[in-house]
Amino acid sequence: MLMNTPDETLAEAALSGDRASFSVLIGRHYDRIFGLAFRLTGSRADAEDLAQDICAALPVKLRHWRAEARFTTWLYRVVVNAAHDLRRRQATRARAADGWGDWEIARQHHMAEEAEALDWLGAAMARLTPELRDTVALVLGEELTQAEAGRVLGISEGTVAWRMAQVKRQLKAIAAEEAT
Amino acid sequence: MTDELDDLKAALHRATPVADDKARARAMAQAMKNFDRLQGSAEEMRSKADPPVQAGFLAGVFSMLNSLKSRPLLAATTSAAALIAGFVVFLPIAGQLPVAPSKPAAPGVAREAAPADAEARKTVDETAAPKPAPAPAAPEAKVAEPQEADTTVAPQAELALPDVRGRVANGGALGLSADSAAPAITGNMTVYLEAEPAPPPVANTEAYANSPVNPVHVTAEDPVSTFSIDVDTASYAVVRSSLMAGMLPDADSVRVEEMVNYFPYNYPAPEAGQAFRPTVTVMQTPWNKETRLVHIGIQGAMPAATRPPLNLVFLIDTSGSMEDANKLPLLKQSLALMLPQLHPEDQVAIVAYAGSAGLVLPPTAASDKTAILAALDNLDAGGSTAGAEGIALAYQVAEGMKAKGEVSRVLLATDGDFNVGIDDPADLSKMIEKQRETGTYLSVLGFGRGNLDDATMQALAQNGNGTASYIDTLNEARKVLVDQLTGALYPIADNVKIQVEWNPATVAEYRLIGYETRALNREDFNNDKVDAGDIGAGTQVTAIYEITPPGSPALLNDPLRYGAAPATGDSKELGFLRLRSVKPGETQSTILETPIAPETAAPSPDALFAVAIAGFGQKLRGAKYLGDWGWDQMIALATSAKGEDAFGYRAEAVNLMRLAESLSAR
Repeated sequence: MLMNTPDETLAEAALSGDRASFSVLIGRHYDRIFGLAFRLTGSRADAEDLAQDICAALPVKLRHWRAEARFTTWLYRVVVNAAHDLRRRQATRARAADGWGDWEIARQHHMAEEAEALDWLGAAMARLTPELRDTVALVLGEELTQAEAGRVLGISEGTVAWRMAQVKRQLKAIAAEEAT
Repeated sequence: MTDELDDLKAALHRATPVADDKARARAMAQAMKNFDRLQGSAEEMRSKADPPVQAGFLAGVFSMLNSLKSRPLLAATTSAAALIAGFVVFLPIAGQLPVAPSKPAAPGVAREAAPADAEARKTVDETAAPKPAPAPAAPEAKVAEPQEADTTVAPQAELALPDVRGRVANGGALGLSADSAAPAITGNMTVYLEAEPAPPPVANTEAYANSPVNPVHVTAEDPVSTFSIDVDTASYAVVRSSLMAGMLPDADSVRVEEMVNYFPYNYPAPEAGQAFRPTVTVMQTPWNKETRLVHIGIQGAMPAATRPPLNLVFLIDTSGSMEDANKLPLLKQSLALMLPQLHPEDQVAIVAYAGSAGLVLPPTAASDKTAILAALDNLDAGGSTAGAEGIALAYQVAEGMKAKGEVSRVLLATDGDFNVGIDDPADLSKMIEKQRETGTYLSVLGFGRGNLDDATMQALAQNGNGTASYIDTLNEARKVLVDQLTGALYPIADNVKIQVEWNPATVAEYRLIGYETRALNREDFNNDKVDAGDIGAGTQVTAIYEITPPGSPALLNDPLRYGAAPATGDSKELGFLRLRSVKPGETQSTILETPIAPETAAPSPDALFAVAIAGFGQKLRGAKYLGDWGWDQMIALATSAKGEDAFGYRAEAVNLMRLAESLSAR
């Protein structure tokens, strides 16, 4: 029965201490958390760590969820913020080349071995700024509407549209480079 | 959608791996465990230590959510700026420490969702490794508490044309101190516009001021060593907070002299009428049989029982990044601890800065504790940092409080986040320098980790004739603001410079241990225009040289084939120590000179302990000159020299050494 219950109802129940509801909620969203984490970081290991940390924190964090907000929107925001944190820490450790960045480096080393499409993806993601990558992860990866992505990122729909236009411009530029 | 975006979308979906079942199971189990624990007793949850940079992520999530409440409109107001942003650096928010029960907030300042907030502070999950987190870019949609301060970047949205290059807010180190750390972009918003994709700049939100380790000098070539004293202690506290979190500190965060000067020593007191007294001890180097150490301990005089009244202006950073329990709340507790130490005739004022600066408490007699505590309690973190404006206001307030015979000091409490609103950080230092000349001092109290701009703090304190302390625990607050209050706030000698001229006949090589960031040119010694550190009442400053006699097997430099003939003076003296200082309120410096005799009294436990700490600091910085001197010997030396250690500072240092030993063995 719980399986068909909306997220928001489960979250409310979990907040009031209902174990089963919380369990269903986590189970329902783990893959989503992991997927977005991967698309934000470009690293499977980072994504698993992030997902694990987020799940571990969720019982307490849930208290900050407001019932008026859509649960998934809120959850996406939690993931994005967690990824930002990770990114910042990696930068602090001068390891900014992790994830998508590493991918790009690896690609240059083993260009022949890697599947061409993946190469292109890594290269493209590595060249986008973090903001654009976040936006891409939500709009293209999670297939959110621009309005939804805007709500997650705390920016306007217009900004999302503008960012996506930027992404497109940059992809075109990359394509042009490759053509030459 | 277009071709390029479709391609990217398809590639992204292909690339995303399927979640691993084991990882999922692990995460879910952890979540359920924490859920169950939370249902049990929130009070049982263990709190978390001060987070260093490399630590975990979880703590951040809590604080992230907390900060959402106080900075809800940040992203909304800056979203247009973000639109053009090439890169945004997020503020790290450190984990929540349990807050000692504090007074209930005054009506009207209780933030929305305060109950949940308070609860979260108590219920930090124990499985989480302590880690800092970013302030969110996203507002929590439902909670709105407008922060005008946050709108400062928004107008730039007007410039959102791809080809317009916008403001570059580089909040790196002030560039005043010799800084070997990577230039840091700190702060909550670094916005730049570029039409073409630029590689994301590397963000480093902890910036340390340090210089390469002092080299060995050949006395015949370079007999004079000149430096400014350094009474800061911030480095030791930073080192401690790293070690306590289970990590060796960043080598650049270690300033050996600050570690040595952290500890109170009991050097011989100056004679009546003298501001301070140097004591020189020559001893065997523990880490090198062939060299000797020259330990110079300077003891400042205790002021007469009646010290002049103090005018204190607290300049408090209430920016969003200060919200963590180990920042603003700790600061409030610290200042509350300090109040009873003040005399009734002292005056206190509070200025807050966060976007727009404000006078929170007009000059108030220190005896009016109720008013001061109420003003402290009303401080609330939120908004971005505009250090310059706040400092200007603080100095203005301090100016108004000034009276003859009184000492004025601005106490800047911050996590070192200074870049919003300052286009030219050098201006800030210039202003502080100018104020120093009018007799208002500046001390910097650093709070929190993860965002600590040590380099800026150092630069500000050094320019303001003040001290920089790093406060990570209430204990440290007590040491800095209670036990050492007089020394910290009441200077007895300004611009103290040390110059040692070594005798080439008895000393072939020498090196100064630490003080890398305080080196002065030889000619600066006699130039009173060149600023140097100050000694507070009753405090001690220690400097240690390692010297090598001629002919010693420990010499590192071969003699020059075409150099001058080796000096052959008759003097048995090792060198000549000159100390220059300015009496507070005066402009002319006076000099104090004393020869360094080859034989001195046996080293006191204080001197030995200082040497052990100097060894500790060098080891943490990467022990170039320590040979095979090991942790065990260092610990034995420190333990043997612990002395009375009334407050346990030295015992704590020995524990840190042991901790560092284990960590470095990993």
